[in-house]
Amino acid sequence: MANPPERSRGLTEPAWLRRALIGAALGLIALVILLPLAAVLIEASAAGWHAYASAILEPDTLAAIRLTLLVALLCVPSNIVFGIAAAWAITKFRFPGKNLLITLIDLPFSVSPVVAGLVFVLLFGTQGWFGDWLRAHDFKLIFATPGIVLATFFVTFPFVARELIPLMQQQGADQEEAAASLGAGGWRIFWRVTFPNVRWALLYGVLLCNARAMGEFGAVSVVSGHIRGLTTTLPLQVEILYNEFNAAGAFAVASLLTLLALLTLGLKLWLERRHGESLARGARSH
Amino acid sequence: MEILIEGVSKQFEGFAALKPLDLTIPSGQLVALLGPSGSGKTTLLRLIAGLLPVDEGRVLFGGRDATRLSLRERKVGFVFQHYALFPHMSVFENIAFGLRVRPRAQRPKESEIVAKVDRLLSLVQLSALRDRLPAQLSGGQRQRVALARAMAIDPTVLLLDEPFGALDAKVRFELRQWLRTIHDETGFTTIFVTHDQEEALDLADRVVVMNEGRIEQDGSPDSVYSTPASAFVFDFLGRSNQIFGEVSDGLFRAPGLANAIAVSDCRSGPASLFTRPHDITLANTGSGLSAKVAAVHRLAGRVSLDVTIEGQDRSLLVDVPGHGVARPPARGEQVGLELCQYRIFATPPL
Repeated sequence: MANPPERSRGLTEPAWLRRALIGAALGLIALVILLPLAAVLIEASAAGWHAYASAILEPDTLAAIRLTLLVALLCVPSNIVFGIAAAWAITKFRFPGKNLLITLIDLPFSVSPVVAGLVFVLLFGTQGWFGDWLRAHDFKLIFATPGIVLATFFVTFPFVARELIPLMQQQGADQEEAAASLGAGGWRIFWRVTFPNVRWALLYGVLLCNARAMGEFGAVSVVSGHIRGLTTTLPLQVEILYNEFNAAGAFAVASLLTLLALLTLGLKLWLERRHGESLARGARSH
Repeated sequence: MEILIEGVSKQFEGFAALKPLDLTIPSGQLVALLGPSGSGKTTLLRLIAGLLPVDEGRVLFGGRDATRLSLRERKVGFVFQHYALFPHMSVFENIAFGLRVRPRAQRPKESEIVAKVDRLLSLVQLSALRDRLPAQLSGGQRQRVALARAMAIDPTVLLLDEPFGALDAKVRFELRQWLRTIHDETGFTTIFVTHDQEEALDLADRVVVMNEGRIEQDGSPDSVYSTPASAFVFDFLGRSNQIFGEVSDGLFRAPGLANAIAVSDCRSGPASLFTRPHDITLANTGSGLSAKVAAVHRLAGRVSLDVTIEGQDRSLLVDVPGHGVARPPARGEQVGLELCQYRIFATPPL
């Protein structure tokens, strides 16, 4: 990527103004990002290492960790498959309804997660459209793990597709056409030509998708029913502990999510520095 | 392999990109599809390749109907304007790709693949760069890799889409000579698309001039240049001058033209006379055309004049040989012009 062009003299602001603006930006970041981050980590460790460990090793919390990992383990791979399929279809073929599909992929970003959760309750809850059918077949979806997975899947759907589509559009279909003219079949074209071109962008999308899958609160909160040790994910567990005035426990669990965020951020930074060229340009909007 | 195109046409959302046309390309020929952008030349190339399905008509490869065959099955070597090399593979692996993706039963042994790719690498003079990645090559080198990759599958036909379009003038010229040599050595039937008439005339055995989805003229470079079949071809190939006039009773008359010119193959009505700058000579005033010199250009040892003719909107360009004329005319001077070669075409109805 080219460096931004040097500003002309005429656009340079006086030194005091530049310092004031930069100072204000840094101050705001410190206030709303760094300070809370520090607060989480300090509060979590305030009661000492022993209390921290016991808060996390508490059975309900361990169950929440397990459930969160399970949800991510189910959602992220399915989003990889569907995201690649959607991006492939949208960028390599022309078909009616393509623009509608692009809009629909973005829908989970524009709708409030609470609404997303509520929709699933209305569909699959006991009073919902398919409630009777589900009960007849003895399958519990709402207030159970499948509902949580479904809601998380819905909320995280755009991440992979949104990351791949601009990149694949920019790359066009020339390489795939060349590979086909050389005799390669669709599967081989994907693995040997398309995939190597998008792998870093895919990893980037997976990273963001995973962070959201593990951290989603709103949609999951509606469909989970908050059954302790059974249908609480990590974010819900934080809320429960906090509502019970167990601040140390809440902060201990919250620190896990914070560490996940820091890890994601670090990997994201590494990807952008190391493989910025192979990520979609101008797709840094989320 | 011989390529036969029968009544092939293509529409894009109601717009006729290609009107039904026929074309026969004998085995081993090097053919240029020449035309301005939007003339349908690239569409025709992609239809032959199978990158686009035809609306009507048939495409035959060596007598075998290939119309329903997919891109894969046609085994064409397609070279893209922007190379379309696989960026994560070395030069060697790019060229070997077409051999490695063959079904197991038809796949050559590793030693055969290496031997073949090395042979192609030396043919395109890139043996020293076999382990480089495409990003480490210049544009001309990349296009040579693309050509070697296309030739590796022993294609039925080589199809090149504006192969030199993304390169600078000097590299274009070198690569042109080189492609001609490669073609003479390998003998693949080759069709390339270009909008550059110099490239087409210099490189091809045969030039197919296209305009608005039709073939305007089809012939050897010499014949399309020296006897253009239409006003479009005359104007598109090389520098040309146009004198507007009218044909009646088998005679062409135009403002500024002293004597009427007899024409045999042009219907009555508005018409234009086309002539090239080097086919006009200076004569004594009074004969042929009388004109006034509007500007004198001196370029690389050559002198050319911009002249205006009374009653004509467009000025004419006239080449003056550097030798033989003691003194080129000066600006504002009146000169007489003699037309050595020209063609008269009726103005097409709007």
